[in-house]
Amino acid sequence: MRRAAVLFVMLLILLPVVVSTKEAQPLAEDPVLEVRLMALAEKLRCLVCQNETLAASHAPLAIDLRQQMREQMKAGRTDQEIISFLTDRWGDFVLFSPPVKLTTYLLWFGPFVLLAAGIVVQFVYIRRRRARVKDQPLSDAEQKRVESLLSDGASS
Amino acid sequence: MKFFLPLALFFVLIIFLALGLRHDPSEIPSPLIDKAAPAFALPVLSDTGETFKSQDMKGKVWLLNAWASWCIACQEDHRALLALARTRLVPIYGLNYKDEPRDAMAWLDSLGNPYTLNVSDLDGRVGIDYGIYAVPETFLIDRNGVIRYKQIGPITEDALQNKIIPLVKELQK
Repeated sequence: MRRAAVLFVMLLILLPVVVSTKEAQPLAEDPVLEVRLMALAEKLRCLVCQNETLAASHAPLAIDLRQQMREQMKAGRTDQEIISFLTDRWGDFVLFSPPVKLTTYLLWFGPFVLLAAGIVVQFVYIRRRRARVKDQPLSDAEQKRVESLLSDGASS
Repeated sequence: MKFFLPLALFFVLIIFLALGLRHDPSEIPSPLIDKAAPAFALPVLSDTGETFKSQDMKGKVWLLNAWASWCIACQEDHRALLALARTRLVPIYGLNYKDEPRDAMAWLDSLGNPYTLNVSDLDGRVGIDYGIYAVPETFLIDRNGVIRYKQIGPITEDALQNKIIPLVKELQK
């Protein structure tokens, strides 16, 4: 009896796994195309939930755009053509990786310029500091004290 | 001098951060400004089954307002449109975006109709061509069919008085 009850509870726990329905697959009759679509959509920003990719977003606009991309791929358009289709409408904002061009030079190369500047500053600072700091040898008394302290530490 | 440089850098940083706060990340500047408005032909929102072609608007300055009855912010937008329609300054055409025509007509019946005409963009294709990503959005189109201004989100009093109305008047000259 008790065993039956335990079994029943376990089945209840498993129930959501059985009942949960899979998300409707949108027209995935061509798995190769679907892989290509998702790979491209990974690189594109959803306009509605801006930090999500077009591939991951469930916003109605993202679903519509994926459908358009799917149709364009079926019509034989290249990835580049599909990207221009989107940038014509929303600008470079849809690209997670902005193109390298005059207006994005600062974005792309700014960090390296800052890094180089940091290295130069650090280099100059170390050189100057080294010139100022002189080696000061210990006196005999100090040397003895160091030795006694060190041997003290070793014995304890 | 020792403190001046870090302090100066700190203030530069503050200025950049302050400027960043003034940007609304949900407003994506449209690349369609100063480009030809995408042509479309869509069924008129009514029972008559007519078709409206955007090319028929050549020679006129007009507003194209994308809206939907399911869109909450559109109610705020709607009040501004009603005020603008009362001035009879510029014809307002509605792009009823991904909406149920019956719901849209009921919405207009209860809240008032500022539109010269409405068209139904049931599947949102025309919306995509116009780069619409969040209704309401409004486009100001000139005599040559070029988009001159885009309002993202509801038309504010400030945008209406300082941008849309002056620009309409200038384009109508």
